[in-house]
Amino acid sequence: MMPDLAQQQSAKLVLLGEMGSGKSSLVLRFVKGQFFDYQESTIGAAFLTKPLPEYNVKFEIWDTAGQERYHSLAPMYYRGAAAAIIVYDVTSADSFVRAKNWVKELQRTGNANMIMALAGNKADLVKGDSSSRQVPTEEARAYADEHGLYFVETSAKEATNVDELFEEIAKRLPKAEVPRQSSGSVPLEQTQPAQASSSKCCS
Amino acid sequence: MDEEYDAIVLGTGLKECIISGLLSVDKYKVLHMDRNAYYGGESASLSMSQLWEKCGNGGSPPASLGANRDYNIDMVPKFIMANGQLVRVLIRTTVTRYLEFKAVDGSYVVNKGKVNKVPATDMEALRSSLMGVFEKRRARSFFIYVQEYEEKDPRTHKGLDLNTMTMAQVYAHFKLEPMTIEFIGHALALHRDDSYLDKPALETVKKVKLYHDSLVRYPDLRSPYIYPRYGLGELPQAFARLCAVYGGTYMLNKSDAEVVYDDNGKAVGVKSEGETAKCKFVVGDPSYFSNKYKKTGEVVRAVCILNHPIPNTDNAHSTQIILPQKQIGRRSDMYVFCCSYAHCVAPQGKWIAFVSTTVETQNPEAELAPGLALLGPIEERFVQVTPIYEPHEDGKSDNCFISKGYDASTHFEDTVNDVIDLYQRITGKVLDLSSEDPMVANTEV
Repeated sequence: MMPDLAQQQSAKLVLLGEMGSGKSSLVLRFVKGQFFDYQESTIGAAFLTKPLPEYNVKFEIWDTAGQERYHSLAPMYYRGAAAAIIVYDVTSADSFVRAKNWVKELQRTGNANMIMALAGNKADLVKGDSSSRQVPTEEARAYADEHGLYFVETSAKEATNVDELFEEIAKRLPKAEVPRQSSGSVPLEQTQPAQASSSKCCS
Repeated sequence: MDEEYDAIVLGTGLKECIISGLLSVDKYKVLHMDRNAYYGGESASLSMSQLWEKCGNGGSPPASLGANRDYNIDMVPKFIMANGQLVRVLIRTTVTRYLEFKAVDGSYVVNKGKVNKVPATDMEALRSSLMGVFEKRRARSFFIYVQEYEEKDPRTHKGLDLNTMTMAQVYAHFKLEPMTIEFIGHALALHRDDSYLDKPALETVKKVKLYHDSLVRYPDLRSPYIYPRYGLGELPQAFARLCAVYGGTYMLNKSDAEVVYDDNGKAVGVKSEGETAKCKFVVGDPSYFSNKYKKTGEVVRAVCILNHPIPNTDNAHSTQIILPQKQIGRRSDMYVFCCSYAHCVAPQGKWIAFVSTTVETQNPEAELAPGLALLGPIEERFVQVTPIYEPHEDGKSDNCFISKGYDASTHFEDTVNDVIDLYQRITGKVLDLSSEDPMVANTEV
């Protein structure tokens, strides 16, 4: 039986990682099943949603919108996030250092129950010929184990382990998570004309 | 950074972030910088330790204040009118998806030393303890007139020409008493002094109408105001994200950012750390433009941490209380703004109250006494005096578009007017807020 869509919990998921590590490509592959070899730096599409009915969750996926470039990502970016994917490029040792810094930053400022995953992207570049690999799988896995992160190597280009990554996060989300929209919030987008109080019956 | 931009924006205060967001959506190439390592400039929300340090207190905050990071204390506290212009900007730019708003519990006005709920509709006027029986009826007729008034529909004008009549004449027409006039002018129309009485009535009637329309804009509002969870510091961040999503570049921690001028005194770029970014014009708060602004006044604000709601506000978690000038023997109104852990700005069990007014004497802190007296026991108090700056020029001759400082009021209407004015001076276009259709493409899947 498919759960009622309205019952789906929304989960904010943020992507972090060095510029060019393939954050947007992972999201585009997962949400739209697309991949572009020359993906432009993220413009205009930094908020995507994708429901996973089988896990009863709707991901609200935030991309960095390039604000990681000069370390100017705003705290609101990870505020309230249920999950984070920290992405590095398996052919760049620098990007792995940066990823470890993001993990530290999240552990310092983020929500303690946040699900974190470490994704070693661009695995297609080292398939068969590992000469360009700069981050050994074992090293990354050991780091992930030590810090309680889910770890997987991915290829957005070849769609390797991308769905698996997001599905694993969905599985790990706490089941009865408090809804992100707490009670008493005012839905600003709701544009129905308000009823004038003067038209109410006098009493 | 050695690149060329259309606009360089300096300072990440709310006004600057709204402007950079709007310009970026309009396809301007924007570089946005701040001298601080954090977003928000003067409109940031601070943690307790940040406020403690800013106010020059030694040591660290006492443990009784609770967890430092649970505090998001606004430096310029303001509520948002639910049907006001800022909400339209938020909706049209879709940044609402990054924010969560909650209603403000109550709006109050002080009369003869007592805190009274502000009656804002014909029905509330009938229930209000502020007025006697006959005055209630007269006030009710005034409210019904305002609620039904439509500028474009002469039938609703009932023979009154609000473009030629002054507001004083309109009050006289409805035979309203001075006390009623006071709360309408100061607590509903939100005028900061009485100069409006001799001006055409239309502006004030529209303001009262905005208050009423805000109150009925969303279901179950008990005041016309809303406020974001985690404090106002979220707003500049949300607009900065909008700007970034449309290609804007952000650089924080540029403590040496300096405007570069050509021989004719026109801004042509911004220099930092030995590099210069070129641009067609610069936008920013006054602190980035030496000699281009004047001080127009000062605001004194007290931040008070309480363990309880403000007395006589029906245990409200969030409130505004307006103390009209005449009630406290002053030339300008005083404002009390209060928010609690319910809006995620303080640890569980704590309220943050702000008392603010325009400085009139040599002893600003003492001026706050009537507002502070309303708060009950105060656990901790921080007082700051902030100068308000205004630019000398409109930016046309020097390519410097400079925002004004933030006034003492606890609402956003004047802030947004400054943004609309800046936008028009920069782009030559009127910011059309009449529609609620998104001005940006919907990127949701």
